[in-house]
Amino acid sequence: MAKTSTDKSAPLRFHVPEPEVRPGGQPDFSKVVIPQAGSVERPPVDAEPESIRKLAFSIIRVLNRKGEAVGPWAGALSDEELVEGLRHMMLLRAFDARMQMAQRQGKTSFYMQHLGEEAVSTAFRRALEPGDMNFPTYRQAGLLIANGYPMVSMMNQIYSNEKDPLKGRQLPVMYSSKEHGFFSISGNLATQYVQAVGWAMASAISGDTRIAAAWIGDGSTAESDFHSALVFASTYKAPVILNVVNNQWAISTFQGIARGGSGTFAARGLGFGIPALRVDGNDYLAVYAVAKWAAERARSNLGPTLVEYVTYRAGAHSTSDDPSAYRPKTESDAWPLGDPILRLKAHLIIRGVWSDDRHTQAEAQIMDEVISAQKEAERHGTLHAGGKPSARDIFEGLYEEMPPHLRRQRQQAGV
Amino acid sequence: MPRKSMIEAIRDGLDVMMGRDERVVVYGEDVGYFGGVFRVTAGLQAKYGKSRCFDAPINESGIVGTAIGMAAYGLRPCVEIQFADYMYPAYDQLTQEAGRIRYRSAGDFTCPIVVRMPTGGGIFGGQTHSQSPEALFTHVSGLKTVVPSNPADAKGLLISAIEDPDPVIFLEPKRLYNGPFDGHHDRPVTAWSKHELGEVPDGHYSIPLGKAAIRRKGSACTVLAYGTMVYVALAAAEETGVDAEVIDLRTLLPLDLDAVVESVKKTGRCLVIHEATTTSGFGAELVTLVQENCFYHLEAPVGRVAGWDTPYPHAQEWDYFPGPARVGRALLEVMEG
Repeated sequence: MAKTSTDKSAPLRFHVPEPEVRPGGQPDFSKVVIPQAGSVERPPVDAEPESIRKLAFSIIRVLNRKGEAVGPWAGALSDEELVEGLRHMMLLRAFDARMQMAQRQGKTSFYMQHLGEEAVSTAFRRALEPGDMNFPTYRQAGLLIANGYPMVSMMNQIYSNEKDPLKGRQLPVMYSSKEHGFFSISGNLATQYVQAVGWAMASAISGDTRIAAAWIGDGSTAESDFHSALVFASTYKAPVILNVVNNQWAISTFQGIARGGSGTFAARGLGFGIPALRVDGNDYLAVYAVAKWAAERARSNLGPTLVEYVTYRAGAHSTSDDPSAYRPKTESDAWPLGDPILRLKAHLIIRGVWSDDRHTQAEAQIMDEVISAQKEAERHGTLHAGGKPSARDIFEGLYEEMPPHLRRQRQQAGV
Repeated sequence: MPRKSMIEAIRDGLDVMMGRDERVVVYGEDVGYFGGVFRVTAGLQAKYGKSRCFDAPINESGIVGTAIGMAAYGLRPCVEIQFADYMYPAYDQLTQEAGRIRYRSAGDFTCPIVVRMPTGGGIFGGQTHSQSPEALFTHVSGLKTVVPSNPADAKGLLISAIEDPDPVIFLEPKRLYNGPFDGHHDRPVTAWSKHELGEVPDGHYSIPLGKAAIRRKGSACTVLAYGTMVYVALAAAEETGVDAEVIDLRTLLPLDLDAVVESVKKTGRCLVIHEATTTSGFGAELVTLVQENCFYHLEAPVGRVAGWDTPYPHAQEWDYFPGPARVGRALLEVMEG
């Protein structure tokens, strides 16, 4: 007789979670429960974390299928702001397309695009004030684009050319801009999460009014630094927004490997007493509204908020992997939360402030802008051609003052 | 001049800096209300308040990670890792983050933090309260590593470390907290109150990082040591009658190579000693530097005495610790070689 699972003499089974579908299969998101837009409550920012636990298991959405903004989280942005938001997302997408191509042309070693996730970082940036600080991962360049950081500087960094603000020391896309509230990207995973909490603690210690935002992907929430960050944020009620961008895939690993049995990534916050919200990451209006809510909590001494952005990484992880090796090619088309640019576009058309023609014109104009920035950057060199950072930059700037052993090594290197 | 133990001297250094610079914040496990398991931070919370000195969760990666974020903000955190043996969860934050933020951001962000941690054995701490991980810090780029050997230096070096614009690892030889222990575990240790290096000036003063000190002038053989081993070397010199020149390196990185080379060229012989495990230890670096810089002045192979390449045992502590007998034998070998 077969042994049952409750039979204590049955052999133990090792469990490895598997995604619903693998390459060759039909994409299936039927288990992703999508609440109707407008159906999730908007609690006051000082609500008791215990009383809003269910927000960690739902999805806050503003834009409905018709493109209307509905429900208690709607109405926060003006026509002009929304048109600008659309433009930021389009700019980021065009920028990505050109840089992705530049990598294929051998102008740099590596690139990481945001395809499908453009709303998350561009809408979030709008909820911050000047002086606030992001501790981003490599997929939040929208924070820079939406804050007016020059595209040419980003490209100079990507090309590691003679004008690279980081002097050729960092992998492409690991930008840094204190002025634009963008902490130096490590390239390690999760380390920045706890640093963001420290920055926020420092702001509180100093009696400042500025807040921090931590960023992490679904896969990296498995790192111990994620846990460390939540402990410190919870203990000291740090004025920080703890963002988790759940784009479903960590390179080839589906989100269930990091999530385990916890239901949602947002739910990780609940054990720490941190209010946790899930939001439609492809809904520009919802991302902004939730970010604003969390920022207000942080600025009002109410402490941290964990926000999970439910989105989908429509492209590859980076230029170094081919998603068709680990997920169905058509999975991206089946993603039930749609495309963030098309959704905001539809909304703006319904509002009467946008049209298909204007969109086409804007696309062309934005592409021209990106191409002209690219031309300017390429005048200063690309990774293997033209101007490049000095070999002296290997030794400079590790310490404020170069210690004797590095001076000797620089001499040995003959630079 | 007032005499202080090394614990009191380090506390004094923290007190001076917290008083002068409100950006200095102090935290770690048991550091706030209680004042630390070695009592280094006792009284600081009462004096400066809970925002400047506080207890941290038992999470070393979090302690260092938050300190890095605070430094990026503009504070000057000086955090405590309760034992150097507990630093491993923070190693990623120290090596790949703290040490590289200035470099990777081309100076856009910097990381002026100090990470204090009691190091070394001799207190029956077993394998998890006795380690000397200095080589794990000197091997990575972007950090500075300091190991004081007495109260006066500890305060002056700590003040330099806190004022330094870059991350500093500050290793406190815990066996020296109360007196200059020389490895003779069967004899009472002289208290710092009876030792001239226990004389700690009041107020603000600093000892520059990267400068060694000669603890015993001699002509026969140079002994390169730091931390507890400085006193072991002094004892070995007295007991063997070898006229050793004992150099206390004080800072391992940046290293005072000039002081090392000058002394070895004078004596023609060199012994390198440390308590940490032998293989790939900081001693290997010192031996290489001496060989590279002093080869034609050497009259004998450079000697090395260090901890055995095993975990630090509990009951066999004194068989493990490289005490004056082992160091003395090595001194005589270098003299004969």
